[in-house]
Amino acid sequence: MKVEARILVVIGIFFGIIALVYWFTSYEDAGFLMLIGATFLGLFPGAYYLWWSHHMKPRSEDDPTATIEGGSGQIGTFPGSSIWPFIMGMGATATVLTFVFGLWLAPIAGALVLSALIGATVESRRGGTI
Amino acid sequence: MYRAKAPSRRLLTALLVAAPLVLAACNQPSYGASRGATTQGQDTFKLWSAMVTIGIVIGGIVAVLILWSVFRYRRRSEEMPKQFHENVPIEILYTVLPIIIVGFLFAFTVLTENNVDATVAAGATVTSTGKPVVDITVTAFQWGWRFDYPGLNVGVAGTTTHGPDNHGPQMVVPAGQTVQITLVSDDVVHGFYVRDFNFSRYAQPGVTNVFDLTVIHTGTYDGQCTQFCGLYHSDMLFSVRAVTPAGFEQWASSEVAAGNTLQAAGAGAGSSASNTPPPNTRQYHSNAAPAPSTKPKALA
Amino acid sequence: MTTTVERPELLTPEPAGGPDAHGPGAHGPGGAAPEHAHHEGPSGIVNWLTSTDHKVIGKSYMITSLVLFFLAGVMALVIRAQLMEPNSSVVSYQTYNELFTMHGSLMLYLFAGPFAFGGLANYIVPLQIGAPDMAFPRLNALSYWLYLGGSITMLSGFLVAGGAASFGWVAYAPLSNATNSPGAGADLWLMALALTGFSAIFTGVNLVATIFYLRAPGMTMFRMPIFTWNMLVTAILILIAFPVLFAAVVMLFCDRHFGTHIFSVQGGGSPILWQQLFWFFGHPEVYILALPYFGMVTEVIPVFSRKPLFGYRGMVFATMSIAALSTGVWAHHMFTTGVVLLPFFSLLSYLIAVPTGIKFFNWIGTMWRGQIAFAVPMLFSIGFLFAFLMGGVTGVLLASPPIDFMTHDTYFVVAHFHQVLVGTAVFAAFAGFYFWYPKMFGRMLRESWGKLHFWSLFVGFWVCYTPQYLLGLHGMPRRIATYAPDTGWTTLNVISTVGAFIMGASFLFFFVNLVVSWARPVPAGSNPWDGHTLEWFTTSPPPHHNYTHLPPIRSERPTWDYNHPEHRTVITHRTPGAPPDQPKELTGAPS
Ligand SMILES: [Cu+2]
Repeated sequence: MKVEARILVVIGIFFGIIALVYWFTSYEDAGFLMLIGATFLGLFPGAYYLWWSHHMKPRSEDDPTATIEGGSGQIGTFPGSSIWPFIMGMGATATVLTFVFGLWLAPIAGALVLSALIGATVESRRGGTI
Repeated sequence: MYRAKAPSRRLLTALLVAAPLVLAACNQPSYGASRGATTQGQDTFKLWSAMVTIGIVIGGIVAVLILWSVFRYRRRSEEMPKQFHENVPIEILYTVLPIIIVGFLFAFTVLTENNVDATVAAGATVTSTGKPVVDITVTAFQWGWRFDYPGLNVGVAGTTTHGPDNHGPQMVVPAGQTVQITLVSDDVVHGFYVRDFNFSRYAQPGVTNVFDLTVIHTGTYDGQCTQFCGLYHSDMLFSVRAVTPAGFEQWASSEVAAGNTLQAAGAGAGSSASNTPPPNTRQYHSNAAPAPSTKPKALA
Repeated sequence: MTTTVERPELLTPEPAGGPDAHGPGAHGPGGAAPEHAHHEGPSGIVNWLTSTDHKVIGKSYMITSLVLFFLAGVMALVIRAQLMEPNSSVVSYQTYNELFTMHGSLMLYLFAGPFAFGGLANYIVPLQIGAPDMAFPRLNALSYWLYLGGSITMLSGFLVAGGAASFGWVAYAPLSNATNSPGAGADLWLMALALTGFSAIFTGVNLVATIFYLRAPGMTMFRMPIFTWNMLVTAILILIAFPVLFAAVVMLFCDRHFGTHIFSVQGGGSPILWQQLFWFFGHPEVYILALPYFGMVTEVIPVFSRKPLFGYRGMVFATMSIAALSTGVWAHHMFTTGVVLLPFFSLLSYLIAVPTGIKFFNWIGTMWRGQIAFAVPMLFSIGFLFAFLMGGVTGVLLASPPIDFMTHDTYFVVAHFHQVLVGTAVFAAFAGFYFWYPKMFGRMLRESWGKLHFWSLFVGFWVCYTPQYLLGLHGMPRRIATYAPDTGWTTLNVISTVGAFIMGASFLFFFVNLVVSWARPVPAGSNPWDGHTLEWFTTSPPPHHNYTHLPPIRSERPTWDYNHPEHRTVITHRTPGAPPDQPKELTGAPS
């Protein structure tokens, strides 16, 4: 996890430097703020992973000497199939079309999004990741 | 080891070949570009020509290396090639060398850029060579151009929604004198571009751009809007005519006499940000109706 | 319905495996029937609608984006037909403006990106790191449905009154406001970007999580295949760039319908802000479109040269620095606005040439002293090298503000970015497609039709775009629907159009290839190319959840090491704790 964390931290530091250089050479606010956004995008998860990499159990995927047998066990639980992403996708499409064609589409959009949210939640309670 | 170093040596030789080309400004190859009808355009041309030469040399080396590896090392047997995967000195070399080349190109760019962007101080009436500065305010609009000469009380405007055969309004300038252009837009973003000046600049709402042009010889130079600006973008042509300073005076007084003054031009076509083309629009390009509507395709 | 996935078991290399051992299929369990026989999912249309398998979603993405690619290609042919002669009237101005807007939008937003990160990466990345699926399979499915919804939304612009959006793929304010571009077409365009933007963000999150959390034991970060590395960097770029696009789209929509004045001078706003926001997204987007394709070529070249990648670490750092720099160069699209800081953006743009050059030399170093086989994926990769070389050199020219003033918004720029994008998103994309097609469908594409496809595309490519550089230098602006005969642009335009139609025709060979290969299948086996990376270890197509067995992972090419134990990759400096029993004589430079 240390390599992953460092990549994100370095991204944050790089954009921090670029943001400062940009600000003090141009005093242009839009670009500066977006660069600061990119800085935080690197620093927040990077700092968390860095902290976590010192506290977590060593992972076999970070160990160059790890063996396939040594890493055996359960990877995780995966959903086999689900209709809800499709319903959600159509609901999102109907939602944006409401903005273009008018409110008459809103009930359809709302119904699709709501049923997808409920359906996916119920499905998740029976186990599995998103 | 010895063989793999050859490309870098070739690169060095190439640089040595390129350097005199950069210096010998007179007979630089044009590679299809204009040599520049303004002093600023000539500066840009020198940079262009030198950089294309360097680009051809470096690109050529890389292309030869690719071709060489492709033909020399094509599979002739099932023999296993040596499984090498790195050569640190060479890797460092082809990291550092490009940084040096890039630094050189950047320095050259900045020098040229300073010349191209240099403007006579705002409000100055003469240049350092003692010649008067002609101020022109260029206004781009959908779809045409307006050229105002505040010092001379002259204003010329022209709409251009007549198809590409119409060459649009003309901006007249004195040759050999610095012209300071103030570029603005009435509506959307347009692009002021004259091919022979090797120069373009956006005309934008809310932004006033100022730049200098010094046309060297008399003549007519075609210009066109380069930034897509809506339905008749393709027709947004204009031209620049450089005349002798005496001819310029003569032209200005004849325009005033003809009533093409600042107010007249301002009140003329195109000063509004309206989307509707002027009534004299000829939509000759339409393939459907012989006498098409002058309005753009019905929009909601 | 959920499945709990166990780690795959180890498959030890057979000591007698010789150089002609082609894959574990010849040796046993890797090619054996998958143990997941209990997974009896739905089939047909229901499977397509409900599948959360990254392989099914990846294929859906690829098919959808290829369909959109061909639509956009047909639009390009109409555009070239219109420009073939002066004062042409193949289409009206309005139609022309809609066509080039939709051509650019389909190619950039709906084909080049989604084909790479939704299609091939979705399929290949979990395989390359030994993962059973993406980290969030249902989010992955949602990405696809948002993408499909967005694509249909964008295309439906052609059906509404007023036609599709006609302000270019960059939608500069204030041309894109409600006064200058009224009508539902523009709104549909914006909404399509919102949907596909979220689809891209979800895919980006998914790729990062998959690469961080689902690697097989021993698959350290610096043993990941370069394609996976490039997709990780691309995913991070997506997370930096697409939220900005979404914000800009929302602002523009509010300007259009809710009375805000964010981008209008009259209300105190700033049209330049749109350009800042758009290009802060738009330039990283260029690399979001390019990096996955660099990755594909980097997978293909070593396999067909029968050598490990030259300069693996340099390649990774080059990718990262290209991505980092690409986020600091957005305003090189705005040099001619006169309001941006020229030296800053110019220097950063120039610097991108350095890591790009490193990539070129690494590709050459990989081929150097190899045994290069000219299979179709390799041909497309070499085509990419030449196309991208030309596009790259002209790109360095454009990093110089004075040269940009001279060529901005002319056909010079059109030729430049088409050579870059066709080089990556067409040549490299088809290198990847021909390379991984056997893995995805378990059958080979025909080499002969593939070669016809490549050579006609390659010829058409140069005939089409080389004249456009000259047209730009002769003063032809981009996005004009027609020009006067006395401009002298006719001959070059005719040549360019002929080239475009040759390129169009080359895809007929591709279709024939698909049909012939499907009608009379040639089984691929698990490892038809003697591949290096993990995906060639499993069956073609892989079973549900991908792996029943894995080889030991001791370098960035575990499948090769398994099949060629005597030519194993031994990279001691990269794995400080590696077991000491590895032979050392195979490392190092050629003597
Ligand atoms: Cu215009």
